[in-house]
Amino acid sequence: MTNGNRLKGGLVDRNTSLNFRFDGNNYSGYQGDTLASALLANGVRLMGRSFKYHRPRGVLTAGSEEPNALVELRSGGRQEPNTRATVAELYDGLDANSQNRWPSLERDFMAINDRFSNFLTAGFYYKTFMWPKAFWEKLYEPIIRRAAGLGSLTGEHDPDLYDKGFLHCDLLVIGAGPAGLAAALTAGRAGAQVILAEEDFHMGGRLIAESGALADISGTDWVAQIQAELSGMGNVRLMPRTTVFGAYDHGIYGAVERNADHLAAPAEGKPRQTLWRIYSKRALIATGAIERPIAFENNDRPGIMLAGAVRAYVNRWASTPAQSVVVFANNDDAHQTARDLMAQEVEVPAIIDTRPDAPDVEGTEVLKGAEIVNTSGRLGLTSVQVRVSKGYTRDLHCEALAMSGGWNPNLGLTCHQRGRPVWNTDIHAFVPGEGLPVGQTVAGAAKGELTTDAALQGGAAAAVSALADLGITATQADLPAAQDAPVSLSPFWHVKDAKRAWLDFQNDVTVKDVKLAHQENFTSVEHLKRYTTLGMATDQGKTSNVGALAVMAELTGKSIPETGTTIFRPPYTPVAMGALAGRAVGKEFHPTRLTPSHKWAEEQGAVFVEVGNWLRAQWFPRKGETHWRQSVDREVLQTRNSVGVCDVTTLGKIDVQGADAAAFLNMMYANGFAKLPVGKVRYGLMLREDGVAYDDGTAARLAEDHFVVTTTTANAVLVYRNMEFVRQCLCPDMDVQLISTTEAWAQYAVAGPNSRKLLQKIVDPEFDISNEAFPFMACGEITVCGGLRARLFRISFSGELAYEIAVPTRYGDAMMRALMEAGEEFDVVPYGTEALGVMRIEKGHAAGNELNGTTTALNLGLGRMVSTKKDCIGNVLSRRDGMNAADALALVGLKPVNAKDTLPAGGHLMNMTGPIDAANDQGYVTSAAYSPILNTSIALGFVKGGFDRKGEQLRLVNPLEGQEIMVEIVSAHFVDPEGEKLRA
Amino acid sequence: MIIDHPLLGPRDAQEFTYLGDASLINRPDWQSENALSEFHDYLYLRDNPAGEHRELWYHEQGDRSWLVVTRNTTTHEILNVELAHDVAKAAAAERSAQ
Amino acid sequence: MHKLKPITPLGGNTPRQDVIGTITITEVADQALASVAARRGQANVVRQKLSDQIGLSLPDVGNAADAAPFSAFWTGPDQWMITAPHESHELLASELKKTLGDSASVVEQTDGWCRFDVAGAGLCDLFERLSNAPVRTMASGTAIRTTAEHLGVFLWRLAEERIAVIAPRSSAGSLHHGLLAAAKSIA
Repeated sequence: MTNGNRLKGGLVDRNTSLNFRFDGNNYSGYQGDTLASALLANGVRLMGRSFKYHRPRGVLTAGSEEPNALVELRSGGRQEPNTRATVAELYDGLDANSQNRWPSLERDFMAINDRFSNFLTAGFYYKTFMWPKAFWEKLYEPIIRRAAGLGSLTGEHDPDLYDKGFLHCDLLVIGAGPAGLAAALTAGRAGAQVILAEEDFHMGGRLIAESGALADISGTDWVAQIQAELSGMGNVRLMPRTTVFGAYDHGIYGAVERNADHLAAPAEGKPRQTLWRIYSKRALIATGAIERPIAFENNDRPGIMLAGAVRAYVNRWASTPAQSVVVFANNDDAHQTARDLMAQEVEVPAIIDTRPDAPDVEGTEVLKGAEIVNTSGRLGLTSVQVRVSKGYTRDLHCEALAMSGGWNPNLGLTCHQRGRPVWNTDIHAFVPGEGLPVGQTVAGAAKGELTTDAALQGGAAAAVSALADLGITATQADLPAAQDAPVSLSPFWHVKDAKRAWLDFQNDVTVKDVKLAHQENFTSVEHLKRYTTLGMATDQGKTSNVGALAVMAELTGKSIPETGTTIFRPPYTPVAMGALAGRAVGKEFHPTRLTPSHKWAEEQGAVFVEVGNWLRAQWFPRKGETHWRQSVDREVLQTRNSVGVCDVTTLGKIDVQGADAAAFLNMMYANGFAKLPVGKVRYGLMLREDGVAYDDGTAARLAEDHFVVTTTTANAVLVYRNMEFVRQCLCPDMDVQLISTTEAWAQYAVAGPNSRKLLQKIVDPEFDISNEAFPFMACGEITVCGGLRARLFRISFSGELAYEIAVPTRYGDAMMRALMEAGEEFDVVPYGTEALGVMRIEKGHAAGNELNGTTTALNLGLGRMVSTKKDCIGNVLSRRDGMNAADALALVGLKPVNAKDTLPAGGHLMNMTGPIDAANDQGYVTSAAYSPILNTSIALGFVKGGFDRKGEQLRLVNPLEGQEIMVEIVSAHFVDPEGEKLRA
Repeated sequence: MIIDHPLLGPRDAQEFTYLGDASLINRPDWQSENALSEFHDYLYLRDNPAGEHRELWYHEQGDRSWLVVTRNTTTHEILNVELAHDVAKAAAAERSAQ
Repeated sequence: MHKLKPITPLGGNTPRQDVIGTITITEVADQALASVAARRGQANVVRQKLSDQIGLSLPDVGNAADAAPFSAFWTGPDQWMITAPHESHELLASELKKTLGDSASVVEQTDGWCRFDVAGAGLCDLFERLSNAPVRTMASGTAIRTTAEHLGVFLWRLAEERIAVIAPRSSAGSLHHGLLAAAKSIA
């Protein structure tokens, strides 16, 4: 293929030739091309198939608003569907494929839809797939799903890295056209921190797309000059290839920088894209304007394009869609397209202008007051039929048509905080209205100031005033003389009586669909959108919304502003999921917290489990063990028979100090702490203010004014937050200070009848830890292993004689090894969270399953702990009648009547006779485990009035799996109910 | 959103945790005759204004201060930010003066 | 002397150092940390005592201060973190408690945290990928508590081209991964 449609000049580097493939054919283009400009230069007009009717389509625009030319870029894991060919930068080896066609772009089977277009009108799905109801799931939905969507996903992992980051600035300028460049220059020279973000890879906007934007210098040269000055300023950050996609609260903007989309693949370790969160004090929207098409019969053929886009291709990319181009417009601006084409010796058979008083253009014929009534050419335009005057039509041969219905300010980012645009009768378009996001102003074409001169001046003035708000004095930069012709346009939206005239190219919505919506009374804009899907495709109707609104206005006899407007929401253009995820993918999805014994546990081959962000050892398999139960049973038995060690560092630890520390804990906990002696630990239960049990743990009193509180692993952060709330907001006059010390100490539970003997080998001899000197619930600061400071707590979760010992975390690894070495003579075992769970169920200790946000102290059998003699969180409301009913749920133990049965957690409990339904529910099972000590499955659960029902039999039911198991209510303390072992 | 912390200056709302109505500072007296109904109202009866709202935010990823933020719930405009500790102290002083 | 061998937050016997492009990332394990929170109404007493006895004037909001071998940075209202070399001041918390008595609550924080000192010309490029802190305008001798890589961290600007990032010790590996990834991204 040749570059037959390549013209002279342009901003392409003819020394760097790039080879690329489209639908398997080889082409070549130049550095500086987009895929669209290179395809046009190669004479390719057909680039895709439309969404619904599979109509052949070509490129409509030259920017990110493109609705038609969507392609699949790259292959394998990097395959990216729905990429707009108009913004895909060409690189050597680029491989793109068209979408939504089978078997090929030229011969697409689903184009049959186009023949049935009379049936596939707006609301087709709603009307057709109503009945029979049973067909929906099995037939209709799968078919629709297969037909829906354009490109396809690979299903492979994206191999690329995505980064994210945060930027701060005084002034964020969005768009580097004339307004944006003038603003950045003005602000940059004033010394402000400026970010200039431009979605294109080349700065300049229309300055590089128009032939005569500036009077005395070419737009391209001026852009290069300004860009050079800006890049020399340390306070200005130029961000090409960066799309600002959303305006958020208080000056925060979201942006995606495409670091490597213009390369075949990113360099090793480099991101493909970066998601930026930009904190701006002021933001200037200089996003320009988007040209709007005119609706007429068959106005969607490949080769029919927007007039401004044709100029951009001709002037910037030196590429024409065809050698013969007709212009169809309602304004003067589009006449420039004809001049630019003719200057490059492209034939312009005629300009068709809907205005009877349109001006003449030298070198071509202007058909005034004329309209295009139809077009021909199945896979590409071959001719247009023009109604020159009443009853007289004329065929014009051409291969491309440049159309223009005027320009719409590009308002996307002004609407993200529900700012509502207002209609401007001078330019017949919506312009930004009230309610712009805080700190945001608009300049240039985006504001409706459509001349280059107004854009330059407006941009500079906007920068001056934005900086003045911040106390920065700026003077308007000197700017070149520029094009200042007034907008001359006569509104024209669609050619009457067309059978199929396209408004929304991407979602295949025609004028007729809007009429149908009107006929069926979907006249409000929001209804129109949803009924016809207008503006709901990935382009958000950038080229279609206003046109459809105008048609609806005409039908209802109202003005356009009376008919309404649609606003936009983020993102301005589609954002890749990968960019939103950033670095937080796979294993790095969230931070991982490792316990002090992690390295050692890994050496032991431990199996780990995620507990929040923590990785904890779940069990430690030994050689020959093939099932987790074997390991867990062994760990439980060995701990109960001799001694086991478990890393319990993950429990929250909060240091509470101050003269009022005890009074503060009295407020936090349901039970009292004021009288706890120094050197003692007490179990504490925290309630929520509504009286429901919240968290439990222990508080150790290390001094009169010093406690260390433990929380459950899951609630560590929440309890700390809550304690700070009580300290700062409820008890502001108390003298109490809090700080988390969870991570500062490596803490190990040492449990089992031999735990003291083991610890006596670790604890330095001057500390007496005999039962007499260091009884159950004692605590103290000690030293271990020859002088290392440590803390020892005699507390037990397993029900055994047990201790928890804490050393500074850096010594945690060595401590674990020392405990194992010292315990060798007792056959010490490390145990994981599973064995921990089994032992606490055997002992009847409540954990997260029981403290499940619905249970009270009374339910847990801890009702007497709630002191009535003091204030505490939850105290008053826990006394409500409903929470103290006679048959309140009570925590009990459950064991199977048939010892071989396995009890499932989550099952509900029913009386032995009677129906199995919610009305007869007696309670539910919260935790279940196999007890290797009792050789049977056991469970904890809540039973109505359960404390008085010991010995009663119930049915444990699990209707989902058809299970019904007979169980007996027993004490929750399966092991050592009198607590003799604890105190041994 | 950006919350202008009284000590630290403007900080991203992402660093904060939201709790709710600042009236939670005014916890009733547990020994009051009508404690049960007062606590009920304290915990469950909240205004839900479309407009100005005084609410509690916790600077969890910052200095751990609880803040009372006056925010317009319809525009997200933040009208005032105070340290909750100061607000609570003033409220306590007022109560004891009565 | 006890026989237990310490390991670093990353699990090594010695601190790790990585050099990527202009950036050097050094694991710092030789600093003891203690939090000092003034008791009610005692902030001035605490300031006075530390100034008198170790010559350290406690910094105001968002700032850090040095009085060799001690440093301090502000962590919250009437609350500071004090650092000193671990080798000479392993018992920093007890030393400070002796100095401050009932005027402050002092808590050992040495092993609650991991610290990486990041140095090099591209420092700001790196941190703006990790944290929303306005690193470019952060002066030397300031400290900010914020988030980095989904972790609550302190960023402490030690010098124009040197920032210490102090994060919960258990997440040292995740933070280190984030630092390396960001460093490669800008290298």
